Amino acid sequence: MSRARLFMPVAVFAVLASFLYLGFTLRDPHELPSALIDRPFPDFDLPILGEPDARATRADLVGEPRLVNVWATWCPTCLAEHGELARIANEAGLSIVGINYKDNPIQASGWLTRHGNPYDFNIVDASGDFGVELGVYGAPETFLVDAAGIIRYKRVGDINEGIWREELQPAIAALQSLQ
Amino acid sequence: MMLRICALLIGAAGVLGASAIDGFDFSDPELAERYRELLGELRCPKCLNESLASSGAPIAQDLRRTVRRLLEEGATDDDVRVYLQARYGDFVLYDPEFRAANWPLWLIPPVLVLIAIVVIGRVGLFRRRAPLTNREREQIARLLEDER
Repeated sequence: MSRARLFMPVAVFAVLASFLYLGFTLRDPHELPSALIDRPFPDFDLPILGEPDARATRADLVGEPRLVNVWATWCPTCLAEHGELARIANEAGLSIVGINYKDNPIQASGWLTRHGNPYDFNIVDASGDFGVELGVYGAPETFLVDAAGIIRYKRVGDINEGIWREELQPAIAALQSLQ
Repeated sequence: MMLRICALLIGAAGVLGASAIDGFDFSDPELAERYRELLGELRCPKCLNESLASSGAPIAQDLRRTVRRLLEEGATDDDVRVYLQARYGDFVLYDPEFRAANWPLWLIPPVLVLIAIVVIGRVGLFRRRAPLTNREREQIARLLEDER
């Protein structure tokens, strides 16, 4: 047996190790590809936060492109992205609808008073059942829904300036070029 | 001491895990059985490798409630799988069907087994060695002699 062949196992190990290393680093394994892209936003009939007698349905979403942002007061990342959502609502003039997810409505209203309210309105999903319809598995999550009510983009995790510039803005531009 | 604490914690985790899926009582024992089986083959989307049955994550709790509701509405096991797959993707299925998009998942393991068989064959693990020649026998005897 030649000397070189003795190093075969080491070579195999090196190749395997580099694949495993890439598998661990290339993408966040906690991030699931969304199954709902290019599918209609699901139907719902749910209360509106802070308006005890009002309810919202899917019809309230369609008509213009919107961000639908899943948030809760128990979610620190939601607070972290709050400033960027406010900036998007104010500067880009994009409509943002909130889904207050598995939260206490009184705390949620207080949170919006304290930190500002970038949302046109907030849908209350107290049980998390509507979250299941949307494939939500944590907060924050943000959907871009086009004027026809089709989900075009989903972000799991915070919306920040980089995500806005590199992902959301191009996705919105793509919507406008289609119209 | 440490061992005892560990044992206690492991025991407690077992109890918690078990109570996680037994929170519901079904009127129909057959439904309860199907519920338990489905939870074992569905994966919690928040966790990397935990079934809905064993996960304590809040989302797993919500999904267990969803599975129970679907079963009570008369859904078949496949209906439940399709329902969750439509919302959370293949990730939630521990046993996804073969499709164009997931061929590596299905084909890489058999290919690796084939490669292993070829390598083992070439290394000669299963090949019978040629018997020793007389010269080799003498050599061995000499070497053993030296040892003494």
